[in-house]
Amino acid sequence: MQGRQHGLMEALDLARWQFGITTVYHFLFVPLTIGGAFFVAGFQTAWVRTGNPRYLQLTKFFGKLFLINFAMGVVTGIVQEFQFGMNWSVYSRFVGDVFGAPLAMEGLLAFFLESTFLGLWIFGWDRLPKKVHLATIWAAAFGTLLSAYFILAANAWMQHPVGYYIDPETGRAVLNDIGAVLFQNTAVIAFFHTMFACAVTAGAAVVGIAGFMMMKRRQVEVFRPAMKASSLVILIAAIGLAVTGDMDAKIMVQQQPMKMAAAEALYTTEASAPFSVLSVGEVSGNTADCLVCVPGLTSYLATGDFGGTVQGVNDLQAEYQQAYGPGNYVPYIPITYWSFRLMIGLGMLAALFALWSLWRFRGGRDPKDGILSRVYVVAAAGIVLAPLAANSFGWIFTEMGRQPWIVFGLQTTASAVSPLVTATEVWISMIGFTLIYLILAIIEVRLLLTYIRRGAPEAVAADPYADAVAAEKADADKQLYFAY
Amino acid sequence: MDTNTLVLIWFGLIAVLWIGYFVLDGFDQGVGILLPFIGTDDLRRRVMINTVGPVWDGNEVWLLVAGGATFAAFPLWYATMFSGFYLALFVILLALIVRGVAFEYRGKRDSAAWRRGWDWCLFVGSLLPALLFGVAFGNVVGGSPIEPINGAPASDAGAINYTGTFFDLLNPFSLLLGVMTLLVFTTHGAMFLSLKTQGEVREAARSAALRVGVAAALVAVAALLWAQAYSGNVMITLPLVLIAAVTFLGALVMTRRGRDGWAFSLTSLTIVFAVASLFVGLWPNVMVSSLDPAYNLTVYNASSQQYTLTVMTIVALIMTPIVLIYQGWTYWVFRKRISTSMIPPEPVSGRSDDRFEGAMNR
Repeated sequence: MQGRQHGLMEALDLARWQFGITTVYHFLFVPLTIGGAFFVAGFQTAWVRTGNPRYLQLTKFFGKLFLINFAMGVVTGIVQEFQFGMNWSVYSRFVGDVFGAPLAMEGLLAFFLESTFLGLWIFGWDRLPKKVHLATIWAAAFGTLLSAYFILAANAWMQHPVGYYIDPETGRAVLNDIGAVLFQNTAVIAFFHTMFACAVTAGAAVVGIAGFMMMKRRQVEVFRPAMKASSLVILIAAIGLAVTGDMDAKIMVQQQPMKMAAAEALYTTEASAPFSVLSVGEVSGNTADCLVCVPGLTSYLATGDFGGTVQGVNDLQAEYQQAYGPGNYVPYIPITYWSFRLMIGLGMLAALFALWSLWRFRGGRDPKDGILSRVYVVAAAGIVLAPLAANSFGWIFTEMGRQPWIVFGLQTTASAVSPLVTATEVWISMIGFTLIYLILAIIEVRLLLTYIRRGAPEAVAADPYADAVAAEKADADKQLYFAY
Repeated sequence: MDTNTLVLIWFGLIAVLWIGYFVLDGFDQGVGILLPFIGTDDLRRRVMINTVGPVWDGNEVWLLVAGGATFAAFPLWYATMFSGFYLALFVILLALIVRGVAFEYRGKRDSAAWRRGWDWCLFVGSLLPALLFGVAFGNVVGGSPIEPINGAPASDAGAINYTGTFFDLLNPFSLLLGVMTLLVFTTHGAMFLSLKTQGEVREAARSAALRVGVAAALVAVAALLWAQAYSGNVMITLPLVLIAAVTFLGALVMTRRGRDGWAFSLTSLTIVFAVASLFVGLWPNVMVSSLDPAYNLTVYNASSQQYTLTVMTIVALIMTPIVLIYQGWTYWVFRKRISTSMIPPEPVSGRSDDRFEGAMNR
């Protein structure tokens, strides 16, 4: 730490750390929940439609893992809803008229839907007819999509504020076009990009676990359809991820050129700017020395033309100073540079593993012994984690790349923090959240491993709802099909 | 619609959301608080937990939506209250985190120590919010040190911040209100338990409802009468308090007579009228300043503007009935009473899974 600063400055840094820790942690669970809900719904639909008990086994197996994960997503989400007001009260006052609307809509349209219908799904096996029960998991899955949409629209507004004016009297942002906030291209593209990432993340979890089980010769034929389905989902979603990522980069160049320049550590404006896959030396210096460069690629990513001109950090800094007054408008480049690369690199690993899995078990092939199989098992464990890391780096890039702004062009992060929440208070909450999150992470991972080790439950073809109805008629006190 | 009507609608809607939260999550918390007292063995505890199992998460969402709606409709209220009550909210958040995870994880490992740990989380995670929400409301209604900072004039509502400390929140009136919510939610939870169970748990719940209920009635009457000193509309709030008192006594009578449905409905009404009396007494303020009435945050100086309020009104008018319908349907689906004999032996999974466990271990 250089030059210990006290008071507000320290509280600001702590509040930023706390937001970063709690948000990155929350988003470990979110994509698994969103993607996982659709996998479970898909398996259950396959079971209801075909009657094949394998799909019921998969529904129950992945359903259990999904619920263990979902609980963490829910409880860490409560913190998100509250900490804008707790730590960023100046921000909340400034943006509430605009930013509060999608947040309230998320609660009314999405949170109620997912939580209520998931409760019905968990406990409803013997209370609801088969098809109604199936509908509950689809409703919950749809709720997760809606939730993602609203929160991404809110975030998009921080990246690219639209549909508002500044009240001359109060100096606060006022909404005047909700359609612009909800449907601006920044929001729509971010939504699709994030949803493809969710599909890859959940797909990687499914293929990693299913491939692992198959290679360990555990219920090979049960997990085969899961391996196939998830591999296909990953491959399709990976294409979608690349396409939307490309679109995102192009609008970023228009809306936040500094972020793109920072992603590339491109200091001077260049035509045919190269993309450095790896670099040596100080990316935080005035130049970055390329180790592996693809000529013209950055220009292509930014403009769609390999010869296009991309503005560099130094020119943009001068430009921003003219527009917004003196100050430093350059994000912390080592973070933006590396997080951008790690996002892409780690995100695409799942596609390779999906191809490998499809090839290895092609045409109904059985697992084989050998060194490659052992490598596969290790890779299977790793592939579950890679997209999680990629997602985190993606968000770190998006948010850190916007700095020093909290709302681009309108409000700086430094001016947004709660003025009277003391550093001591933020220390207490940050340590508290971090500790409890650490403990819960350990508990959660151990539970997940336990339930993976148990394998898929033996499926029963019987219809628990029909059994319950019959028992009701006979007036027998029947045991619950599921209970906590 | 003009802004004056819109802020009235949103003040009312936020009151409805808090009422919904306290009525619904109030009994979840009550059940959690009673867990160590009525749940004398694991089977009983599981009966209790399963009465709220399918619904607690949907109930908790009322809080999230109340928070989100406050952010959207009264950003200055949201910002000032949440940053001002920082540590209290932090404790509530920790409590809600461990409680939520406990519901889902408790039955997932067959170990007495594991379950005991989560039982503690359920108990503490229910007790603290039940107490602290009352304390927070006491500070909103009874006033807390809020004032404009950095030399801003009183007319600059955006500069109004909480300038007290955590311990200023723990004043006698607010603490009494906290004890009130704690005891009322506990009684309400006992009423819910006696409605949703049969056999030994139901008997224990009924006797708990009566014993805690008497204490709750005394504290509630004292707290709500004290609140009249802060009420801006005593002509309305005093009758509301009286109705709350009458419904609560009615609930106790009905419990004695074994009319569980009536008893639970009546404590629900008690919460509706008690919380309504606090909100009506607060109007048109949203946060009262204990330093100077000129520093009060009101529905007028803390609200969003007309366009946002109109958009949100349309969304709320469409969505609230739909939510009420499907949440109501959930209660219908899980209407059956639960008894110890209905709890499946293996908490870890459905019975069909046991055989597989055996097969795997061979």
